[in-house]
Amino acid sequence: MDAILLQILNGLDKGSAYALIALGLTLIFGTLGVVNFAHGALFMIGAFCAVTLQKLFSLSFQTIDETQTDFLGNPLKVETPYVEAWFGPEVGASIIDWSVPLAILFAIPIMLLVGYVMERGLIKHFYKRPHADQILVTFGLAIVLQEVVKYFFGANPIQTPPPEALNGSIDLGTMIGFDPNAIIYPIWRLVYFGFAVAIIGAVFSFLQFTTFGMVVRAGMADRETVGLLGINIDRRFTIMFGIAAAVAGLAGVMYGPLNPPNYHMGMDFLVLSFVVVVVGGMGSLPGAVLAGFLLGVLESFASTTWATTTIPGINQIIIYLVAIIVLLLRPRGLMGRKGVMED
Amino acid sequence: MTNKSVTRRGVLKSGAVAGTGLALPTIFTASSAAAYTNEPTGSSVTLGFNVPQTGPYAEEGNDELLAQQLAVEHLNGEGDGGCLNTFTSKALKGNGILGKKVEFVTGDTQTKSDAARASAKSMIEKDGAVMINGGSSSGVAVAVQGLCQEAGVIFMAGLTHANDTTGKDKKANGFRHFFNAYMSGAALAPVLAAEMGKERRAYHLTADYNWGWTQEESIVASTEALGWETVNTVKTPLASTDFSSYIAPVLNSGADVLVLNHYGGNMVNSLTNAIQFGLLDKVANGKDFKIVVPLYSELMAAGAGENIKGVLGSMNWNWQLQDEGTKAFVKSFGEKYGKPPSNSAQTCYAQVLLYADAVERAGTFNPCGVVEALEGFEFDGLGNGKTLYRAEDHQCFKDVLVVRGNENPTNAYDTLEIVEVTPVEQVTYAPDHPMFAGGDLGSCNSGA
Amino acid sequence: MFGLNKKDTGLLIIVGILTLLAPFILNPFPADSAMAQFNAGYPDLMQRFVIFGIFAIGFNILFGLTGYLSFGHAAFLGVGSYSAVWMFKLLSYNVIPAIALSVVIAGLFSLLIGYVSLRRSGIYFSILTLAFAQMSFALAYSVLSNPKFNLTNGETGLQVYADDPQILQGANAPDLPHLFGLPMRATYTLDIGAWSFDFNAGYYLCAVVMMVVFYLAIRIFRSPFGMMLRAVKSNQQRMNYTGLNSKPYTLAAFVISGMYAGLAGGLMAAMDPLAGAERMQWTASGEVVLMTILGGTGTLIGPVLGAGFIKYFENIFSKINDNVLHSWFAILPDGLEDAVVFIIHPFIGKGWHLTLGILFMLVVIYLPGGLVEGGQRVSNWFKRRKSGADDAPSGKTEPAE
Repeated sequence: MDAILLQILNGLDKGSAYALIALGLTLIFGTLGVVNFAHGALFMIGAFCAVTLQKLFSLSFQTIDETQTDFLGNPLKVETPYVEAWFGPEVGASIIDWSVPLAILFAIPIMLLVGYVMERGLIKHFYKRPHADQILVTFGLAIVLQEVVKYFFGANPIQTPPPEALNGSIDLGTMIGFDPNAIIYPIWRLVYFGFAVAIIGAVFSFLQFTTFGMVVRAGMADRETVGLLGINIDRRFTIMFGIAAAVAGLAGVMYGPLNPPNYHMGMDFLVLSFVVVVVGGMGSLPGAVLAGFLLGVLESFASTTWATTTIPGINQIIIYLVAIIVLLLRPRGLMGRKGVMED
Repeated sequence: MTNKSVTRRGVLKSGAVAGTGLALPTIFTASSAAAYTNEPTGSSVTLGFNVPQTGPYAEEGNDELLAQQLAVEHLNGEGDGGCLNTFTSKALKGNGILGKKVEFVTGDTQTKSDAARASAKSMIEKDGAVMINGGSSSGVAVAVQGLCQEAGVIFMAGLTHANDTTGKDKKANGFRHFFNAYMSGAALAPVLAAEMGKERRAYHLTADYNWGWTQEESIVASTEALGWETVNTVKTPLASTDFSSYIAPVLNSGADVLVLNHYGGNMVNSLTNAIQFGLLDKVANGKDFKIVVPLYSELMAAGAGENIKGVLGSMNWNWQLQDEGTKAFVKSFGEKYGKPPSNSAQTCYAQVLLYADAVERAGTFNPCGVVEALEGFEFDGLGNGKTLYRAEDHQCFKDVLVVRGNENPTNAYDTLEIVEVTPVEQVTYAPDHPMFAGGDLGSCNSGA
Repeated sequence: MFGLNKKDTGLLIIVGILTLLAPFILNPFPADSAMAQFNAGYPDLMQRFVIFGIFAIGFNILFGLTGYLSFGHAAFLGVGSYSAVWMFKLLSYNVIPAIALSVVIAGLFSLLIGYVSLRRSGIYFSILTLAFAQMSFALAYSVLSNPKFNLTNGETGLQVYADDPQILQGANAPDLPHLFGLPMRATYTLDIGAWSFDFNAGYYLCAVVMMVVFYLAIRIFRSPFGMMLRAVKSNQQRMNYTGLNSKPYTLAAFVISGMYAGLAGGLMAAMDPLAGAERMQWTASGEVVLMTILGGTGTLIGPVLGAGFIKYFENIFSKINDNVLHSWFAILPDGLEDAVVFIIHPFIGKGWHLTLGILFMLVVIYLPGGLVEGGQRVSNWFKRRKSGADDAPSGKTEPAE
């Protein structure tokens, strides 16, 4: 029982990342009809926003300490971050400590801007082009973005630890009556799940309860008619692209403490998030979220010893196997609409 | 006119090929001008450096490349000479190899067997490389080693840790300086027993491919021989980026040690996840929970950051060693590039020197001469202490380091501290050891 | 000629001449010159050009004609390679049975996957093929290489060992892939002055095979069957309403293109007897999609151009390192030399991905019809200049077929 609960938690956690990325992909797809292969790269850029902020905070000046030596035997250069010099060691250290949550504020404007520039500068010209061209150009963009990040940050993963207060794990089991140590779970993973739920909730409420959202939904359903009504739907869709980029970026910012960011993390998620979107059904936002969590949970269960001994290698193929089964049983995924991307 | 028809056992078979005469135009079998593949005829000789330059191991590859360039400088008599001054063999004079200036070409393995073979082939076919050096995975090493055997050039492996490279898949033209999984197990086990006791229950997470399996097999065997029990061995898909679902059950499994048979990005993530789950703060079976990472590298340590503190592992070499060879190499590398070299860089540097030295001693670039010169060669002064290139399997036998994540690093580079230098006797095994059985070294191929 | 119209015959002849003379065309620079870095006329790369050309031609039969975008075609290439190496292991190093089996097995495998995947269309079809290919990759990489049942030899790649049965291997046959005794690796090097040209037996085998399959592709494009496939692309629904069942046609196209992929895989193994699982990964499937779009979807020659373009960058640009750069610009004054090297540095060597990504974007932005459209624009420009007449350019460029 405790093992099952643990894997459900793990699944929801993995699913959070899938769902957030898939949500953004579906937003872009549903509004603009563009297959965005650069979406994984946006997730990666988000994570590197946190890396950058952490680096900025830890920008240091060097003082030479004659009493210590570096690896070549020269006097050691001691680095002191500017923030520690300006705000005093304690406040400075805690600013650095909290750089990941602070990066959320930093990342939102950057990701909105990245999304806006991407849409106006590139994607705009591809609305009328075949999906294949969209794939090629966004894939090219994804490669360029990731190589630029590699050029500046290297290929090695970079640690972006969570704040000390949210580091480590808590014993959830004892709170609900299990033995101690039965369900130990990292705090940051719980934070990530909560964050994902909040973002998803915010996006849905935005679309559901604001006029802007209503227009966008109407535009998703019938772009032409909305346009004929004299509403500038293109501008709204551009903003939606920015929001989708921000969702992917925030997913990336918060993901850093779970697994240290590296330049190819976007590609690692790219294919998976497409599978999630399609299993959820093209163009369906709830479908994308549902499929994200569903695949996350199934993936977690498939990696248990019980599953891998029953069917060897099931943990390697589960996502794809589920995708095949779902698509064969439900032609348009879990909640897809008829006629979307079927030709 | 040159003839580059090359066969796997070319020397033995080339006569036979001519004998079949099946639709074989004479140009293919005419007596060739070159005595062996890519015989250097001009005033220079070309070496091929095949390292990952794109993909997750790009940093590792870059470090190897820097070391190889440094070795070329030293061979050509530029720079401070590095390990040429400490190397026990004095055949190298700093005037190139056999008086020929050393040049090099580079290629990108992408850490994929196909791409690695393609770039190695291009260096052999197009650039006339007489030797291929480098790489950072065992799959690539085995693939390129096979290619070099067929093409008739020497392969000096870079970072490859699976037993198979000099076991099941060993080749006469291939040489490995790096240590292997068996040696990791043999070196680690006594230290583990001393630090953690003989009554431990281990849980293995293993990357689900060839290298992971051989390492798991080696560590399980050597720890069980000391009285440990293996609770479970779980294979994780190579493509995994998040290991939470594999880490979560560990604590309730009755284990008190977690062994991570992962490398590179896998290891960084699985270790980070394990620390997140607070494994190191727990007590299981009345003992403090411990984590072991049998194969360490400096770049992984940097990627894992704080998480490696106190975690034990093994290495081929570390820049903090205090012998003359290490000091000379670290000095030249550090002064040129501003950072200490990684252990894969050291292996690639040593391999270039070893190759050049073997050519000098053999008096020829002919791969068969080089093989003969390297087989059973004993040397010192390259940083690993007294070392033997064993003739039976072309594996180097030397001391192995047991290291631990430094609790109080003073700079970005001393993230690991040396716990013990395990003497070579303790990690030596018989050439027909079951973990290495089934291979056939064959005979050297010069490509003629 | 061969039942082709004049234009197609011309295309076939041009392609034939280009492939046969490739060793000359791809080695335009003297072997010792600084520009020799850009020579691509060495056996391995020439073989790759042609083999990936075959792969892309086949992919284009499915994607270019029917519009079905398969994201899992690399699986068939991988299966082809595995079958060929198994033939080497079990029978002999003769490449004929190996290539034959690789085509057959890839055909059967694609029949199976195609039958299931073609129940859906659009992106649902793409994801189904992707899922099958990724499953094949994952299984080949780990589960199917366990010691008890080692079908693929996992990460290391399937290869021939000395203790393999090789029951038909003659005592005197070469110990490497050969065509009735002619080793695939046999290379005759012709030195003319400073130039050096490699004529490789394996390359010419691949080239002949490509000519044959290219001819077949033309026939398919021009046949009623090809017409039917195009009808599927333009409006499948209408086609179904007229009472025609389009599925047998699309399935046939899928299997044909799967067999092309298998053939490419078999040839790859014949040139170099090792089959690795990475050949089946989604990146490999994505690569052939990129090749086809980059060259010009639905055109005959486009996919071959796209394949050549990508393989050229992968193999030539990745090998240019700073040393090479310095040797090129050595004539410049020191400071300027360093500056030039500094500017170019991010785009070559380990930065070759960056260059490729930028070129993808440039091509697709400025040449919607791929490289073929680029070629057409150039030739139109020449034609206009020659005729002097200002025949109004048609608003939309028609891809050449």
